Amino acid sequence: MNVPSYHINNLRELEAESIHIIREVAAEFENPVMLYSIGKDSSVMVRLAEKAFYPGKVPFPLMHIDSKWKFREMTAFRDKYAKENGWDLIVHYNKKAYEEGVGPYTHGSKVHTDVMKTQALLEGLSKYKFDAAFGGARRDEEKSRAKERIYSFRDRYHQWDPKNQRPELWDIYNAKVHKGESIRVFPISNWTELDIWQYIRLEQIPIVPLYYAKERPVVNVDGNFILVDDDRMPPEMAAKAEMRKVRFRTLGCYPLTGAIESEADTIEKIVEEMMVVTKSERTTRVIDFDQEASMEQKKREGYF
Amino acid sequence: MEIKDFLDQDQKKDLLRFLTAGSVDDGKSTLIGRLLFDSKKLYEDQLSALERDSKREGHAGEEIDYALLLDGLKAEREQGITIDVAYRYFSTAKRKFIIADTPGHEQYTRNMVTGASTANLAIILIDARKGVITQTKRHTFLVSLLGIKHVALAVNKMDLVDYSEEVYDKICTDYKEFITPLGIPDVRFFPMSALKGENVVDLSDKMPWYHGKSMLEYLETIHITSDRNFSDWRFPVQYVIRPSLDYRAFAGKVASGIVSVGDEVLVLPSRKTSRVKEIVTFDESPEMAFPPQSVSLTLEDEIDVSRGDMLVHPANIPVISRHFEAMLVWMDEKPMNFNTQFYIKHNSNTTKARIDNINYMMNINTLEKYQTRAFNLNEIGHVTITSVKPLFFDPYQKNRQTGSFILIDPMTHNTVAVGMITDKTSAEQTHRITQHEFQQVVKGELLIDLDTKERRFNQKPHTLWITGLHGSGKNELAYTLYRELFHQGATVVLFDGKSVRAGLSRELDYSPADRAEHLRRVAHLCRLLNDQGILVICSFVSPDQSVRDQVSSIIGEDKFHLTYLDADLDFCRKNDKYGIYELADQGKIQHLAGIDMPFDIPPTPAIVLKAEKKDQHAEDVLLYLSQHKIFPLS
Repeated sequence: MNVPSYHINNLRELEAESIHIIREVAAEFENPVMLYSIGKDSSVMVRLAEKAFYPGKVPFPLMHIDSKWKFREMTAFRDKYAKENGWDLIVHYNKKAYEEGVGPYTHGSKVHTDVMKTQALLEGLSKYKFDAAFGGARRDEEKSRAKERIYSFRDRYHQWDPKNQRPELWDIYNAKVHKGESIRVFPISNWTELDIWQYIRLEQIPIVPLYYAKERPVVNVDGNFILVDDDRMPPEMAAKAEMRKVRFRTLGCYPLTGAIESEADTIEKIVEEMMVVTKSERTTRVIDFDQEASMEQKKREGYF
Repeated sequence: MEIKDFLDQDQKKDLLRFLTAGSVDDGKSTLIGRLLFDSKKLYEDQLSALERDSKREGHAGEEIDYALLLDGLKAEREQGITIDVAYRYFSTAKRKFIIADTPGHEQYTRNMVTGASTANLAIILIDARKGVITQTKRHTFLVSLLGIKHVALAVNKMDLVDYSEEVYDKICTDYKEFITPLGIPDVRFFPMSALKGENVVDLSDKMPWYHGKSMLEYLETIHITSDRNFSDWRFPVQYVIRPSLDYRAFAGKVASGIVSVGDEVLVLPSRKTSRVKEIVTFDESPEMAFPPQSVSLTLEDEIDVSRGDMLVHPANIPVISRHFEAMLVWMDEKPMNFNTQFYIKHNSNTTKARIDNINYMMNINTLEKYQTRAFNLNEIGHVTITSVKPLFFDPYQKNRQTGSFILIDPMTHNTVAVGMITDKTSAEQTHRITQHEFQQVVKGELLIDLDTKERRFNQKPHTLWITGLHGSGKNELAYTLYRELFHQGATVVLFDGKSVRAGLSRELDYSPADRAEHLRRVAHLCRLLNDQGILVICSFVSPDQSVRDQVSSIIGEDKFHLTYLDADLDFCRKNDKYGIYELADQGKIQHLAGIDMPFDIPPTPAIVLKAEKKDQHAEDVLLYLSQHKIFPLS
């Protein structure tokens, strides 16, 4: 037998695994949704979903939890992408809190994140009675995720109990949930950051331009470069703005996401830069420093 | 190297998934740390053209606490135990790797089995000072159970035995002796010191007597592609893609084997055939597909195919059966209960299943077999299972994809057990499957004592069980008796095969295993009714003596009166109103007692009736009932 012709490279193997997971969920759950953060991982996940059901339409919608403080470029990208690719897009936000004026500058990052992200997410999931929600989390992102399942079980309150997760073997996933319970599904669990960039490069997947270095007006806050994205930034802060060539390694709410100085304006240069930077990817997200093991805490509360 | 070239090269690499087994004391964290961090440094050195961050922290510094770097969840840190499998990722210039790190002493089996299920290879660590110990054997057994084909035995801490070749050789010899019967095809040995970095990434100069590869070099070069099954094409249909009314593509992952455009296809279970028209993917329409690719297939003909079906080549089909044997690993805190009907998920099929029997249990420390009545957490045993719908499977050792399944508890929805199919159930074993019933009968509480009931009904609530070949006149007798007893004032209930199979046993067929289950249900009905003071008449072929014995033990031997209708086959054929024997002769039905299945003549029936003396049967039985003061009581 001519074995070498059946060689599969790592990206294609990961792709096949992810497509299998996405199809399983679509087949076994009544009402799945794909959570769309507009970030690079989400962009890959969305492409995988498009591949999984080609030439058919993806049988579930995208949902973006809008904290109302996302970069403007993200929102524009989101609407354009969904429209061009025929996605059913749900944009959900915490209306009550938004009308009360909750934001990171007035309420602090912890309250803002909790109310506009975690609570808004739970509200959105409950409103549409989704029983499965895809997320673009990866196991290599952060320590508490190294042990996360592909199908992560959540109770009626959307809570995650690390001690009460189901064994997961081979590629057989347990899709049984009681009414009100749900699962979060992480189809790109086994992808690394490098895999994501490789795949974006290979497949020419569009991503938000904020990932590429460009001269942008930023304010230096304790070493994090915060973009002046709109006029909600306090004027005394915005007054300190300076033009620097920066890019973002992760995307979130603009006041909480620091840029890094960079010359990387292509994927190749981003990877090159990534290979020599030792800081872990999430260190530019301010929320992680709120408390020890805070990602785990947020997962328990229902955020990813 | 230019970054573009680097990425182009990186993209072509394949993926190796491996498991590490051993405790922290064996230096497992140190080994993983070395692989993760030292290889990363090496990998990045490939990019010699890249600017280096001079302030980067220590590379292979012995001060690095690797265990801390690998640290996981908060709950686990607080308890000081590791409760789960952690997945770690690293890459070298030649390959990408996913490590399933299965730590901990507690829950060891559950974790290791989980990690091993997706691994191509296992590294088993041994402390050179301790040699092959119970733990080593346990790990190796689990690795072989999960069908891992490559084992690397890492004889670690060689620095603490002065890099002695003699010590190393002794350990290798001991291990080979132990591993031979397990049949793992590829076993390699590595003398190493993870702490000092000897033979992990680079070859050591401390052990010039060792002429093999370093651990990393081995991991980078071991050939794994041919471990996949390319012979037996199996395509479990996951999802049907229907973008328009006249287009249907069947989506799935190629579980094994190779499919090409134009291949003849057999659909299971419908057995309809067609040909592959196109292999569809988002990117292209390839001429063939192989494992583990996720693709979609369109067929030449419009035939009904849905999720749970399997596409195969007509000349190479899997076993299709509802009865099979498997090695089962119990994963749940709650022990197994024989009365539970589980969900079974196998490929894209979910149906219900019951565990009919535990054939034996395996002590994973001594590899000795033992008998038990139920599974507890982390126990492993060989079982017989019956599913409601037929499954399409291959033995696990031949096909990991189609030989594996999980059991889900119907109440809690937890994954309570995982299994690896060993074979379909052989006929002589299925008739014994209700074995566990012997000690399982628990009496319900009697609200009114039996004496009072007996006096009220003027009868002893017993069960009269009529056995005999099809056509021997069982039902005529049963109906006559029922009428007679009713008119004489008895409170009596009648069960026959037809009425019970219409509802209570509707999902069961006539195979020995299902027949046994069917009669188990009937026996429990009899017991419940007898407890309520009611007399029961049963008319069933019930050809297996062992099953009749079980029925008797469920009902209670003192209450069970076996009536045997003694008829030869010629008599039965003549008396056969439904033409059953004719159908059996033509091979249209199977499992007919007296034809392709034995009928055990009961050795000690309470009543024997000669079939020919038909007119006397009812009278004889009524006489028996009154003589034994069953009815009337007085």
